[in-house]
Amino acid sequence: MIKNLSTLFCGTLFGLGLVISQMVNPVKVLAFLDIAGHWDPSLALVMASALITLGLAHKLILRRPAPILEQSFHLPGATRIDARLLIGAALFGVGWGLSGFCPGAAIAAIGYGRTEALLFTVAMCAGIWLFRLIHRPTH
Amino acid sequence: MENFTPYSALVGGALIGLSAALLMLLNGRIAGISGIIGRALPPHQRGDIGWRLFFLTGLLLGPLSSRLVVGNSDNIRIDTPLPVLIIAGLLVGYGTSLGSGCTSGHGVCGLARLSPRSAAATLIFMFVAGITVYIVRHWIGVRD
Repeated sequence: MIKNLSTLFCGTLFGLGLVISQMVNPVKVLAFLDIAGHWDPSLALVMASALITLGLAHKLILRRPAPILEQSFHLPGATRIDARLLIGAALFGVGWGLSGFCPGAAIAAIGYGRTEALLFTVAMCAGIWLFRLIHRPTH
Repeated sequence: MENFTPYSALVGGALIGLSAALLMLLNGRIAGISGIIGRALPPHQRGDIGWRLFFLTGLLLGPLSSRLVVGNSDNIRIDTPLPVLIIAGLLVGYGTSLGSGCTSGHGVCGLARLSPRSAAATLIFMFVAGITVYIVRHWIGVRD
């Protein structure tokens, strides 16, 4: 139970971070991506602030043999920069640029009461299932 | 740059970083939202779903509670037409599955671990998203 409560807390914190930074607002995200328009650099500061906070914390956390509530750290093993990674990132970039929604912001916007974000999220889940259908037992 | 909001960006970003740090410290997990959603969808591995659903519930509850305090949801503007929103959702779902991550997993967590894979992915999706916005707004001419 404590494990679930801890992740509930982390998710809540993440959602509040998205709201306070206004990254839950697609127009704000698109204003960052639109360098040729009325450029709004806020997203870069959000990322920089998150990166500095997490980067410093990692230095201490990953020195531990294990996390507090689990047996081991679950870190990704893949290290190769391959076509899948780059094509996947590019497709994500198109969807992000069309909508201003990344997965976290979409879920947070549902919490904020926006039904358009729910529609986006259903389509996103369909995209995930489509991927599994095409690339069946690769994981 | 009249819409630049540096202070809320710094505070919000720090909260996102803190959330990811706590998830790693307590549960040893990466706060990559696309991965958390993807593996919460059926079919999933046994014993691997509970923490994901609780995290996603929190991701809904945080904004919900702030909305109850602030009172309305008008400070979110979604101008994208619904059919485009659906296409975008499909691309985000498929792309983040193929590329194993999104803005949080690669752009925050991966970069914070100095992962070259995440650096490459972040460069690509930022660049492609910028091009996409440029084409939509300045070639096709949908809004300024």
